[in-house]
Amino acid sequence: MTHSLTHSQASDTFNKDESRVDWHDESLWFIRQKRDKAAFAIPEWEELRESASQIKENVLANMDTYLLEFEQKAQKNGIHVHWATDAAEHNTLVLEIMQKHNFKKIVKSKSMLTEECHLNPFLEKNGIEVIDTDLGERIVQLRNEPPSHIVLPAIHLKKQDVGDTFHEYLGTEKGASDPQYLTEAARQHLRGKFIAADLAITGVNFAIAETGGFVVCTNEGNADMGAHLAKVHIACMGFEKIIPKIENLGIFLRLLARSATGQPITTYSSHFQKPRAGQEMHIIIVDNGRSTQLGRADFRNSLKCIRCGACMNTCPVYRRSGGHSYHNAVAGPIGIILAPNLDMKQNNDLPFASTLCGSCTNVCPVKINIHEQIWKWRQIVTQEGYAGFEKTQGIKLMNTVLSKPKVYRFVGKMGREIMRFAPFAVNNSLNKWFKNREMPDAPKESFREWYMKQKM
Amino acid sequence: MTKMTSREQILAKIRVNKPSEKVVLPTNLDWENTAFDDNIQRSASQRFAEVLKSIGGEAIEAADFDFIKKEIDTIHYHHVINLLPNLEIQGKDIREISDAHDLASVDLAIIEGKMGVAENGAIWLDESCFGGHRVLPFITQHLIIVLKKENIVSNMHKAYKRIQSDLFSIGFGLFLAGPSKTADIEQSLVIGAHGARSLRVYLV
Ligand code: SF4
Repeated sequence: MTHSLTHSQASDTFNKDESRVDWHDESLWFIRQKRDKAAFAIPEWEELRESASQIKENVLANMDTYLLEFEQKAQKNGIHVHWATDAAEHNTLVLEIMQKHNFKKIVKSKSMLTEECHLNPFLEKNGIEVIDTDLGERIVQLRNEPPSHIVLPAIHLKKQDVGDTFHEYLGTEKGASDPQYLTEAARQHLRGKFIAADLAITGVNFAIAETGGFVVCTNEGNADMGAHLAKVHIACMGFEKIIPKIENLGIFLRLLARSATGQPITTYSSHFQKPRAGQEMHIIIVDNGRSTQLGRADFRNSLKCIRCGACMNTCPVYRRSGGHSYHNAVAGPIGIILAPNLDMKQNNDLPFASTLCGSCTNVCPVKINIHEQIWKWRQIVTQEGYAGFEKTQGIKLMNTVLSKPKVYRFVGKMGREIMRFAPFAVNNSLNKWFKNREMPDAPKESFREWYMKQKM
Repeated sequence: MTKMTSREQILAKIRVNKPSEKVVLPTNLDWENTAFDDNIQRSASQRFAEVLKSIGGEAIEAADFDFIKKEIDTIHYHHVINLLPNLEIQGKDIREISDAHDLASVDLAIIEGKMGVAENGAIWLDESCFGGHRVLPFITQHLIIVLKKENIVSNMHKAYKRIQSDLFSIGFGLFLAGPSKTADIEQSLVIGAHGARSLRVYLV
């Protein structure tokens, strides 16, 4: 994917409307609070996270065995299993199935994988209508925008924006912005699409090795409306979605919705095992860089992600820069550690879009050390020469400072003096950190100076 | 030399790159707990009803099928599908419907649930609950589920223990928790996205 703006440039644009940024920030923080409330109501929450993490670690170490077991069971259940090394192969497989049947119309429920593969533009170029049926995804599709959040695709939009879009495309009343009214209009519009569709595409939340079945979670019911009406159902999954056993689902379904939105469970958790009579069911297992990530010891456990979005909702940078500023299908902290694996040069700015505060790591239901990985990516993109000039200089300086205790002490002292007497020297345009930030008053003495005095 | 298939390529790369340290799967995946954010003791069915209400559904204790019939009779539904043989509600016979698309006009579907889960208000339904059409509980405008109180378990671990063996044989099943909903427009909760607009559960 090419993009013209870096994360910090794009967030500048986003930050132009300050009240809107505040609103975006608060909406996401509110969801974070709902997550906390749901998590705190479960005394065994931390044990659930630990178990989920262990299951996923076990999956990483046995990935090939579980995938083969899954394939064999799924085939026995009458499901066609395909493998795609990359996005292009995945897209071609979908197109071939469409062409084999001479189909023209697809309804698609939420799948970040198809977003990652840019499936929609590919199919449209080949004369196929693809309708995203998740309400948020339909909204951004009509606006010709990508989703800005993996769970809440239209979180960056106000109801007036949605009203304008629906007025233009669905003929709702001009100026109408009541969410109830707009949702009803979308329901009517999409019912027509469900009835007319030839083929349904869904994502996969969990694929179970021991049964060959897969679970899809939605609140709206759109995945099921599509899959149970269409003649053919294709489920697309990144290979890391595999889990070994049915009993593991108890852990993951308890964690997923609570972490995502604070709900105790999504409205629909559908377990697909076999096609219905007369239906054809396919699964496409996609690699697209995942096997490379699996080989990066420092980053492989990003593949444990269950795409709950909690790390985004809690991230101070995401909340104030918006999902689009990450120019990647998956935004936020998890996006930062997945994107450089796909294209380090294109995404060299992302590891710097973080304060390394660690809030993401604290909420992650599968215990991914997200902020540590962000920090490690920073070092790698810098070593590989992909970081921009300002960042390289800053990091070189930091290396010198941190590796030499005497220099560190001196520079620290200088820093404190500068902050007290000449804050503008730090808060200048070369230093992006201090944009929109007030610097705290610097202490007169360092911890070390204070400590030495106490010791005397 | 023959070219490796994509499947072989992916598997080969996974084998080379996967971590060598083996993490064992956690066992004993169960917690007795049925905790809530207060400490009041509740029966599983009371808790189920409370949680269901909090997610937009409704649970009503019913002494018998007569009670349920009287309640349902108070509202006129144009197109009803009733899959409970013991409940005398007139409707269309689902066996006469061959194309699932024809269910688009159903106003009310009445079905039996297999199991309830107290911690999240979810109900397990499998292919034996849909009268041959998986889309029924989604496409209907309104949904009523009759559930035996004795079939409510405390949490998801217990739920999976119960349905474990079924999951090796059934074609489709789901946990359904409340009516269809969305909050995609400015985080305002709207009930009735694509699936049923309302869910009422009769506990018998
Ligand atoms: S990294 Fe963790 S918190 Fe973020 S989306 Fe994935 S599972 Fe959720």
